[in-house]
Amino acid sequence: MASHSESIIREPLITGKDITYAKITNDVLRPVENMPGKAWWIGFTVASLGACLWVFAVSYTFWYGIGSWGLNKTVGWAWDITGFVWWVGIGHAGTLISAILLLFRQNWRNSINRSAEAMTIFAVICAATYVVSHMGRPWMAYWPLPLPNQFGSLWVNFNSPLVWDVFAISTYFSVSLVFWYTGLLPDLATIRDRATGIRRKIYSVLSFGWTGSVKTWQRFETVCLILAGISTPLVLSVHTIVSMDFATSLEPGWHTTIFPPYFVAGAIFSGFAMVQTLLLVTRKVLGLENYITMFHIEAMNKIILLTGSIVGVAYLTEFFIAYYSGGEYEQYTFLNRFIGPYWWAGCMMYGCNVLMTQLMWFKKIRTNIPASWVLSIVVNIGMWFERFVIIVVSLHRDYLTSSWAMFYPTWVDVSIFIGSIGLFFTMFLLFIRVLPSIAMAEVKLILKSSSEQAKKKLIEHGHLDGEQVEFYKESLTKFDSVEIADYQKA
Amino acid sequence: MSSTKYILGLFEDPDEMMHGIDTLQKNSVPIYDVYTPMPIHGIEKKLGIKDSRLGYAAFMFGCLGGTTIFSMAYYMLVQDWPMNIGGKPAFAIPDFVPITFEWTVLFTAFGMVATFFYATHLFPGRTPRVMDYRATDDRFVIAIDAKGNIPHDDITNLLKQAGAVEVKHNDRKYVSYE
Repeated sequence: MASHSESIIREPLITGKDITYAKITNDVLRPVENMPGKAWWIGFTVASLGACLWVFAVSYTFWYGIGSWGLNKTVGWAWDITGFVWWVGIGHAGTLISAILLLFRQNWRNSINRSAEAMTIFAVICAATYVVSHMGRPWMAYWPLPLPNQFGSLWVNFNSPLVWDVFAISTYFSVSLVFWYTGLLPDLATIRDRATGIRRKIYSVLSFGWTGSVKTWQRFETVCLILAGISTPLVLSVHTIVSMDFATSLEPGWHTTIFPPYFVAGAIFSGFAMVQTLLLVTRKVLGLENYITMFHIEAMNKIILLTGSIVGVAYLTEFFIAYYSGGEYEQYTFLNRFIGPYWWAGCMMYGCNVLMTQLMWFKKIRTNIPASWVLSIVVNIGMWFERFVIIVVSLHRDYLTSSWAMFYPTWVDVSIFIGSIGLFFTMFLLFIRVLPSIAMAEVKLILKSSSEQAKKKLIEHGHLDGEQVEFYKESLTKFDSVEIADYQKA
Repeated sequence: MSSTKYILGLFEDPDEMMHGIDTLQKNSVPIYDVYTPMPIHGIEKKLGIKDSRLGYAAFMFGCLGGTTIFSMAYYMLVQDWPMNIGGKPAFAIPDFVPITFEWTVLFTAFGMVATFFYATHLFPGRTPRVMDYRATDDRFVIAIDAKGNIPHDDITNLLKQAGAVEVKHNDRKYVSYE
């Protein structure tokens, strides 16, 4: 029930005084119902310039073919698949937050799930653009689908991990979209009922006629729970299958049984870093500090630390197995990451992903907003280099010494990558203007149980263990949105 | 004869609304429906709403999806055009696991959500049947069919006693129509 009050030692999930249901609606819908500010316009201009660059570079690729990229005979797969895996990985955090944390009843997900899921969808769109553009002949993009055709019918090969990948990514994208949109319906109805004129008409169509009757809510919750239940194995399967694109080959550096769990951990790692990058800015610009609190930031940093360490263990395991296998090609591939011409890429990978995230052990860093933001960017860079090292560095020195080569990206490679970031931010910035960036209904759900004001009322009532109250007050000191002075008086 | 069609009790607190439901039920006033800005747990028991059966639908759709793609893979790679890949068997069951899993999830998600939309009459462009505009914002609304439930003043008093901040006597069922 809504009135259930939780233990005082749990940190509040909503801070601030006089938060009412109406205030939540007003705060969350402020960017949707008002004209954008200067910061948004600057961000949007930069991002859409990036998106234009992307359109140009991809069009150039389609016109002149894959030859416009820096690929050569030895390195036949480079920035395209690196970008693809990087984006798909980033997408994973959204599903983790919306599905896995729902199954574990982690209420703090309620205020970040909407934007994280939106981020998932945009990241998967960015990844999908790589799939299409790396085909070179995008008008044949339907070939990996099992459709009857004029060749016999010659069917797709279901034994191939690349075909699995087509199924995995398309399922992941569409199921995430359905999950996200279903969750949006109540909030779209809120916008509709406050809007007038043409806006009301648009949101009326979008909200599917949602009214919030008892039966709708009851079924809605069932649907969300089951979607979370099936999305959890789905998200794990997606990056498992992505990793099998590599792991089922015989290439040293790729042919590794540890790849599936290693890729999944890395995906969650990079995804949370991207959520952190976006939300630290969003909460400030949109003034959502009371809903996305220091607790959320610290919790995400803890997940980054955990998954970063899992990735670190996977790296060590890889090195050990390469040594222990006794295979000289395998051993050389891993040694080459440090002593080869791409030593700097290896250093970026291991340094950014493993060494830098260990800083998160310190609470001072975990709860410091600029430091968290910088570290989240460091993780994003490190994870890009991880994929670059796995793909390009493993390929560039193959079995035949005479065919060893370096990979030099052309301006098209670079433009597609930078452009895809622009595309991502364009979509995200549009999202925060037209849709509520926080799931209002879900935040309202925890207002009476987990907000700072509810806990303060409990303290004022007395009847609580003094030691626990002190512990609680101590935990509040890290929050940037709590007036500590109020507690010293009490 | 009063022109009131529906009596709405507007609460600002979900617990007071629950109290309102109890009060009305104690006085044998039937409740038409309750509109809330967020899911309120325990309310469906009070109003006697049965557990959702969407889980069964989801399971059936999942079975359908898994069977569909597995049969497709069997037909395509074993029946219609078996390929010799290093002399390995054409019916490579482990290789069919990923796609079978993906389509199980795909069919479950789409089938269940479509059933949900169908059963609750949600579809793009459906005219919203709103009784009070604040029910999606910050009001917890209990709706009572005015027909037959008289005297209306008694119901008003009951709602007010239970903590309703406002009681409306609406002449139209839905306020959202033009």
